[in-house]
Amino acid sequence: MDKLILRRVDRQNEEMILNFGPQHPSTHGVINFLVETDGEVLKRATPDVGYLHRSIEKIGELVGYPGFMPYTDRVDYVAAMFANEGYAIAVEKLLKLEVPPRAQWLRAISCELCRIASHLVSVGTMVMDIGAFTPMLHGIRERETINDLIEALCGARLTYNYHRIGGVAFDLPEGWRDKVLAFLDHFDRFLVEYDRLISFNEIYIKRLANVAVIPGPMAVNYGLVGPNLRGSGVDWDVRRDMPYGAYPNFKFNVPVGKGFYGVSGDSFDRYYVRCLEMAESSKIVRQALETLPEGEITAKVPRNIKPEAGEALSRVESARGEMAYYVVSDGTNKAYRVRVRTGSFTAMCIIEDISPGLMVADLVALISSLDVVAPEIDR
Amino acid sequence: MNATIQDLSARPRKTARGVVLATLAVGFGLPTLLLAAVLALSPLSKPAMLAAVLRAAGVDVTTWSPNAQYVLWAVFMVVLALIIVSFAAVVSGMTVWWEMRVSARMQSRIGYNRVGAAGFFQWIADAVKLLFKEDLIPAEADKLLFRASPYFVLTGFALVFVALPFGESLIAADLNVGIFYITAVTALVVVGILIAGWASNSKWALFGGMRSAAQVISYEIPSGLAAMVPVMMSGTLSMQGIIRSQGAWPWEWHAFTNPFGLVAFGIFFVAQLAEGNRTPFDLPEAESELVAGYLSEYSSFRFALFFLVEFGNLWVMSAIAVTLFFGGWQVPFAGPEIFAAARGAGELPGAGWWGLQVLSMIVFVTKTLVVLNLVVWVRWTLPRIRVDQMMSLCWKYLVPFAFVTFVATLLWEILVARAPVASDVAGGVMVAAMVVAAFFFARQTRQNISAVGDRVDFTNW
Repeated sequence: MDKLILRRVDRQNEEMILNFGPQHPSTHGVINFLVETDGEVLKRATPDVGYLHRSIEKIGELVGYPGFMPYTDRVDYVAAMFANEGYAIAVEKLLKLEVPPRAQWLRAISCELCRIASHLVSVGTMVMDIGAFTPMLHGIRERETINDLIEALCGARLTYNYHRIGGVAFDLPEGWRDKVLAFLDHFDRFLVEYDRLISFNEIYIKRLANVAVIPGPMAVNYGLVGPNLRGSGVDWDVRRDMPYGAYPNFKFNVPVGKGFYGVSGDSFDRYYVRCLEMAESSKIVRQALETLPEGEITAKVPRNIKPEAGEALSRVESARGEMAYYVVSDGTNKAYRVRVRTGSFTAMCIIEDISPGLMVADLVALISSLDVVAPEIDR
Repeated sequence: MNATIQDLSARPRKTARGVVLATLAVGFGLPTLLLAAVLALSPLSKPAMLAAVLRAAGVDVTTWSPNAQYVLWAVFMVVLALIIVSFAAVVSGMTVWWEMRVSARMQSRIGYNRVGAAGFFQWIADAVKLLFKEDLIPAEADKLLFRASPYFVLTGFALVFVALPFGESLIAADLNVGIFYITAVTALVVVGILIAGWASNSKWALFGGMRSAAQVISYEIPSGLAAMVPVMMSGTLSMQGIIRSQGAWPWEWHAFTNPFGLVAFGIFFVAQLAEGNRTPFDLPEAESELVAGYLSEYSSFRFALFFLVEFGNLWVMSAIAVTLFFGGWQVPFAGPEIFAAARGAGELPGAGWWGLQVLSMIVFVTKTLVVLNLVVWVRWTLPRIRVDQMMSLCWKYLVPFAFVTFVATLLWEILVARAPVASDVAGGVMVAAMVVAAFFFARQTRQNISAVGDRVDFTNW
C-alpha cells in the first residue's frame, strides 16, 4: 500500500487511480481494488481487503466447541454447509469420534446441494458482471428451490447450522427425498438450457476466452484451490484425492479446464468448470439418496466437549475450493486456537499479478471468475 | 417444479375492476389522445391548410396582416411541438413499463404489479418520485455544464420528432433532407453525454462519457452508410419520400426488394443499438464496470431527463428503421391515388381521407412497436461486449460491410433500372426465405421450451 502511494506521487499524467469499491456493483461485497489505469487498460489492480473482518477465528477461541458452529455459517454465507462440515470434522478428529454412516451421507447430500446453490450464484453473478441479466435470475430461481429444500431439512435458508459435532442436526423430513429427485430431474435439463442460454453465447465466449489466463503452475504457486485451480488444468479435488466422509462411496468426475474456447486457465474455463461441477454434484446427490443407510444421525457426544490437548486439521472441498480448519485444543472446553483457511483469500492474492494489461471490463470478469466472496476473504 | 414461483402464479389475481378500467383508459386513452392530436394537427402544419380550416370555422386569416398570420402559425406550431414532445415522453414511460413486463416474463419474475393493473402506472409513480428527489450537484462539478447537459440530450432527442413520420400526411415537417437531418440532430445527444461525463468530475462518469463519445461517433458511420441504402433505392432523403417509394406489402419493402437491404437493416439496427447505448452496447453506463457511467452523479429531474431520452430513443430508432426498411405507414390496397381520391378537390380533405390517415397511423405504430419489442428482447438476452471489441466490431466488420452493401446497392439499382422485374423477384424470394426462417425459428423455440419440460404458455402475464 505504501508503494502504491509512492507510485501515486510520481505517476504520469495519463494514469488515473480508481477506487474500485468498496461499494461497487461487481466486487461482490465490500472489497476495494485500487486500480491504476491508463484509459481503459489497467496498470495494476491492488486488492485492499479487510472491510468485512469479524474476528471469527477469535470468536472460535472464546465460545465453546458446539457454540462456535453457528458462527462458521458466517465464514462463507453463500456456501455455509461446507464451513459447518469442516469445523465438525476437525473437532471430531480431536475427539476421535466415529460419525454414523447415515450422518456422513446426509452431510454429503446437504453439501452437494449447497455446492449447486453456491455455483448457481457464482455463474449467475458472473454472467451479470458480463452484462446479461436474465441468466442470472434463472440461476437464482433454481437456487430458490434448493433453499426451499434445505429449509425443509434444517429450517434455515442461508446460514444453515445443520452439521453438528458428531453428526447432523435433523433427519430427512418426510417426502424430502422425492422432492430432491424431482428437482434434480428438472435441474439436469436446466443446465443444458443454461448452457444454451448463455455459456455458448458468442459474445460471452469472446468476453471470457483467453482473458486473465492463470497457468497451472502459477495457480499452484499462489495456492489457488477448488474450481479456480481446476480451471487452470490442475486435476486436484479433496473429495477424490483425500477422501473424507461418505465421498469414497460415490462415483463422480472431476471437471478440469481444458481450454474449452481458449487456453487452459482463462476466465471461461473457471466459469465452465463450475457449470460442469453442478452436474457432478447432481450425480452425487442421486447416488447418496439411493444408497442412504439407515441408523443414527449423531454419534454419542459428551454434553461438555473437552477434547484432549492436541491439534487437528480438517480439509473439505468447499464450493470455493479447499477449506481447512485447524483447531488446537488445550484440554479445556474452549479451543486454544481456531484457524480457517479459505479459497477466496488466496484467490485475491493473484489478482494483483494477473491484472496488468487487462481492461477494466476484464478485471470484472477476473474477479467474478475467481468467485471471491467477501466474508470468506476476511472472516 | 418450482414451488415458490408456481405458488405465486397460481394465486388468483385480485385487481379491482375499477383499477383495470382506469389502467385501460389511461393505457390506451393517453397515447390515443396524443396520437389523435398529432393526427388532427399535423396536416395543418402547412399554412394554407391551417388557413382553410380556420376559414371553415368562420375566421378568414388571409385578411390579416402577414405578420399576424405568421404569429398565428408560429403559435400553432408551438402547440403541435408540445403535443409531439408529450407523446415522446408518454411513449418513453410506457416503454419502460413494457420493457419491465417483458423482462420480468423472460426472467421468471412477476415484475411491476403494484400501481394500477399489471403495474401500468409505475412509470408515472417513478417519474413523480424522481421529481421529489434532491437535485444534487456535486461540489466539485462544473455547475454550469452539469446543469446544461440534460438539455443537450433532450433537445437532440426532441428535434428528431420534427422529421419523424406518423402517417401519410402526419409529420411535423417533411424536410427534403429528413434522414440527414435526423442523423445530424441525434449527434447532440452524444454532446450532452460527453458534457455530463466531463462536468460530473467523477472518474466513473468520465469513463462513461469517453466510452460514449468513442462509441456513438464510430457507429454513426455504419449507421449513416446503411441508411444510404434505402435513400439510394428511393432517390430521396425525405422521410415521407422514402416511405412513398415503398409499398404496403413485405415484398415491396426496401429490406426485401434489394438482396442487400436486409444486410443494410442488420447493420443499421446494430449501429442504432450502439448509438442508443442499448445492450450489448451499454458500455457507457455499464453497471458492473462503471457503476452508472456518465449518469453516476445525476439525480432527480436531470436524471429523469436522461432516462426519458434513453427510453424514448427506442421509439425513435424503431420508427426510423420502419421508415427506411419496412414500408413505413403504407396501407395495403391504398396507393397514392386512393389517398388523392379520398382527399377530394376541395380545400379541406374529405372524411374518408381522415379515415385513411388513421389507418396509416395504425400501420406505422404497429410496425414500430414490433421493432421496439425486438430491441427490448435483445437487451434482456445478450451480454455486453468489451470496449475494444465494440470498436473492432464497428471498424473491422460493420463499416466494410456497410460499404459493400452501399456499392452493391448502386450496382443493383443499375440492374433494376434495366430490368425492373429484378426487384419484384428479389422481394418475392426474400419474403419466402423470411417465412421459412420464421417457421424454423418458431419450431426451434418450441423445441427449446419443451426440452426443459416447460410448455408454450401465453396466459401467465
